[in-house]
Amino acid sequence: MLYNEPSPHETRILTRRLVYPQAEPIGYEQYAAQQGYEALRKALAMTPDAIIDEVKKSSLRGRGGAGFPAGMKWSFVDRKSPKPKYIVVNADEGEPGTCKDRIILENEPHRLIEGCVIAARAIGAERGWIYIRGEYRRMIETMDRAIAEAYQQGILGANVLGSGTRFDLYTHTGAGSYECGEESALLESLEGKRGNPRLKPPFPATSGAFQCPTIVNNVETFSAVPDIIMNGGDWYAALGAPRNGGTRLFCLSGHVNKPGVYELPMGYNLLRMINDVGGGIRGGKKLKAVVPGGSSCPILKAEECDIAMDFDTLAKAGSMLGSGGVIILDETTDMVKFLYRTMKFYAHESCGWCIPCREGTAWLKKILERLDAGVGVSKDLDMVDQLAQSMFGRTFCALGDAAAMPAMSIIRKFRAEFEERIRSAQVFIPAPETRPLVVL
Amino acid sequence: MTFSPQLEAKFADLITHYPEGRQKGALIPMLLYAQDEVGAVTPEVIAEVASRLNVKPVEVEEVIGYYTMLWRHKRGKHHIQVCTNLSCMLAGGEELYAQVSKKLGIGHRETTPDGQFSLEETECLGACSWAPAVLVNYDFHMKMTPEKLDRLIESLGSKQ
Repeated sequence: MLYNEPSPHETRILTRRLVYPQAEPIGYEQYAAQQGYEALRKALAMTPDAIIDEVKKSSLRGRGGAGFPAGMKWSFVDRKSPKPKYIVVNADEGEPGTCKDRIILENEPHRLIEGCVIAARAIGAERGWIYIRGEYRRMIETMDRAIAEAYQQGILGANVLGSGTRFDLYTHTGAGSYECGEESALLESLEGKRGNPRLKPPFPATSGAFQCPTIVNNVETFSAVPDIIMNGGDWYAALGAPRNGGTRLFCLSGHVNKPGVYELPMGYNLLRMINDVGGGIRGGKKLKAVVPGGSSCPILKAEECDIAMDFDTLAKAGSMLGSGGVIILDETTDMVKFLYRTMKFYAHESCGWCIPCREGTAWLKKILERLDAGVGVSKDLDMVDQLAQSMFGRTFCALGDAAAMPAMSIIRKFRAEFEERIRSAQVFIPAPETRPLVVL
Repeated sequence: MTFSPQLEAKFADLITHYPEGRQKGALIPMLLYAQDEVGAVTPEVIAEVASRLNVKPVEVEEVIGYYTMLWRHKRGKHHIQVCTNLSCMLAGGEELYAQVSKKLGIGHRETTPDGQFSLEETECLGACSWAPAVLVNYDFHMKMTPEKLDRLIESLGSKQ
């Protein structure tokens, strides 16, 4: 099911087989009739190194948020290791603002399966799991049906399309945890434990699921692979920006006329994304700020939004492309409340494993709650900044940073608004009852 | 304790998905599927799942304490989750949560006395572009309005 109409500005590669409103997912028959699994046939005739080279050439970067080059990640797996190798698909989509993986899971499950089997061929994996967040039960069912079809067609199982190699693929449900979107926490969860992150190194490519070499990639990353193999890495790279190959799904939400998920080339201009694709700000209001890639990304003020949406350009501007969740805020947005809600989220989702994050997120939430309620004091603002700075880079996983970055950026860029809230507060705090110490 | 034949078949298959000797991997899916059938992760469910996967009950307990979808007390027949995270908040998610809470007379992670409804103020559901979103059991309801939400709850209530 697609929930918004496509835009004429889109470059449809990943979504080219989808037709709005796509009431039913694309089944095996239709997928195969539209060149489905041809890339896999081609990949089975290639050497693993040739597949990895093609993915490297495509400059495909991880779509989950970190933007790590996928081909390079795959090349870190020691294929000669006697241990079994695994593929893990991260479908724990949980970053606020992000709702793109579901487009593939819900509508074109065979694309993801094809990408996984090609990746399995590249690293010599025999088994894979698609870790899907628990709330997406209907999508787990869709994936399960597609996986069953793929077994029937001999795409999965003991002899993948007659190649003599084995590959089994399963879905695995999560049970409600943002932290499990972090790859090492996800692996812990896959092993049946609490989703606490692991100390890195070793990275999953060396010791991942069940202590075996594993690659963990996002749904969208694996799903881009079939087209790369079909048309070549150079073709894919040319679709996007330098070192940022291809297209990606951007999720527009917030105060725009046409919120929705749209496929656009990497490096697409953010203002054009808001005005042309998103139909401009709702109610003719003015743009105030944009969170460019999910709630953990540092915020961009309106005047910073004339920018190319790719990993490198945003990093240079002090923000991140993240997971593609673009939250657009108009001039009426209350930034104090916005930051409070962001911190409430991180305090709720911190797994409690590292002290700076466990304590830091809880205190950030407390301080922002009182600022939002109008009973904050001006030294709270510096305290938020200091707290965030002392969390940053001091935790096992990126959740600490994910909470620190919006806190630092919003309080610095919109400081006047926070000060105004403190000044204008009409809260009367009565002095405590006092009694003289000494009665004469 | 035994589960329905469908669930037993699912569990028998699920256990084969993990490498030999690492069947604990099936723990979280098993708990969630069992909860869907029983209504909560009861002490009996914990004991049963622990013995089937050959893990200590405490290993099950620590997992239940971590994952928000696992409940020790009974959920309602219709479990309503209202998202109030950023994109939904901008679209009125908090007001929708307050509306359901008032209408049903229950708060966060509470169940109505008749066992029909339970409510949860939830973090991002992954429907940000079509906010505000409400999840009833496993079915998404997007672009919600106060009127649509009222009608939804009334139609669920009349199903009994």
